[in-house]
Amino acid sequence: MYTVADLKKGLKITLDGDPYLVTAFDFAKPGKGQALYRTKMRNMITGSTLDRTYRSGETFEPASLEDRKMQFLYKEEEHYVFMDNQNYEQYRMDEESIGDAKNYLIDNLPVDLLLFRDKAIAVDVPNFVNLRVTQTDPWLKGDTSGSDSKPATVETGYVLRVPPFIEEGQLIVIDTRSGEYSTRVKE
Amino acid sequence: MNSRLYGKSQRLTIRAQAVQNIRMFFINRGYLEVDTPLLIPAPAPEAHIDAIPAAGLYLQTSPELCMKRLLAAGYRQIFQISKCWRAAERGSRHLPEFTMLEWYAADRDYRYLMTESMQLISYLTALHTADRHISYNGTRVDLCGEFEQITVREAFKLYAGCEMEEALAKDEFDELMTEKIEPRLGNRVPTIIYDYPASRAALSRLRSDDPTVAERFELYIAGVELANAFSELNDNRVQRKRFEEELELRKERGAPFYPLPEPFLAEIATMPPAAGIALGVDRLIMLISGAATIDEVVAFTPEEL
Repeated sequence: MYTVADLKKGLKITLDGDPYLVTAFDFAKPGKGQALYRTKMRNMITGSTLDRTYRSGETFEPASLEDRKMQFLYKEEEHYVFMDNQNYEQYRMDEESIGDAKNYLIDNLPVDLLLFRDKAIAVDVPNFVNLRVTQTDPWLKGDTSGSDSKPATVETGYVLRVPPFIEEGQLIVIDTRSGEYSTRVKE
Repeated sequence: MNSRLYGKSQRLTIRAQAVQNIRMFFINRGYLEVDTPLLIPAPAPEAHIDAIPAAGLYLQTSPELCMKRLLAAGYRQIFQISKCWRAAERGSRHLPEFTMLEWYAADRDYRYLMTESMQLISYLTALHTADRHISYNGTRVDLCGEFEQITVREAFKLYAGCEMEEALAKDEFDELMTEKIEPRLGNRVPTIIYDYPASRAALSRLRSDDPTVAERFELYIAGVELANAFSELNDNRVQRKRFEEELELRKERGAPFYPLPEPFLAEIATMPPAAGIALGVDRLIMLISGAATIDEVVAFTPEEL
């Protein structure tokens, strides 16, 4: 249990049943008035932000969050299924909570899953992921468009810009932090 | 070598110079500098200000009571720059140990201090800023001319969208002040917000023509609360009653009980009509040196000791 005076930036608390990350915190006291604690928080499930002012004496439950090593198994309709490498328990997440990570989820990809009350709320993929190009147009000799990249679709369905020399069937490395092409895998 | 500490040298230099300039300002106006004890047996009972106990006594939360005893004894114009302590006050604008400037003048009222505090701020700004402007948190505040003056009642109507009385009745006064009003004060020119509700009179006297409000004002620059001033209450029966009410409020919130400051209560009966003001020196240095937090204008924060 935290009291409001214990709050600080980076602390994770439970509020209205959801986990929140404290993103800003300050003490305020309007002339001769009572102590007030001004907070900004981000809902770790929905991403929405909240500004709240608390009086002293307010208490909070810490958000019990757990990071677990898992692997991606498969997609089942609108859900993505992961498995805990230790105990083989399976966890499901919907597309909305997966976010951009869905672009990189291929079978057996090792990921970190963040659990809140035994529910997966966020997935962290490796910084670099190898994905195979499933569709890209051949580079035409004599292309005068002046462009030094072309679109390519990879096996997850994600579309990105790649250099002209990339062909269908090639394995490429994508930087998942920017979503951009990084290099080609020599096979 | 503590390079972070040495990095503060420019602001600490401004601080030292500003404190000397504050002294000169008051000495030139005929104020006497006084030096009252920091360790006192009975701080002013205030509902939301907690003193730090020390050696069977308390560290002062303000030099107010001793300074008023000096007024009552016949000293007419006095000032003091002293350390004050308030338990558990820590934030970007709060330190539990901080520096307060207080000054008192006999036969004056809060209107006089509105003018004099403006003169002090303008004087310091002229000495310490390039163009008589304070740039703070992206706000540029003009110190060349008049200050804005607004009543607490007007501020609630204008910025909080409700009546002051309604905010008090709903117990939302402090929250609305912090969230809606303070950020709007002192952004173009400094703002004096005045005539606080009687229930927030503290040690000030009520207006004779409108006893629903007290002759009390606060000075704000760029949303930062800088000073609090009163036409001083010198009716010791009323003051005793208010202290007892504050002690009752302290009891309700489970805060430590204080003994009543009896010598003060006895002596203010002979205090002439007077005005007094307390100004946060650290915050003033923040504003004139453009420091985002109070940590940047003191050599050591409590966490660094």
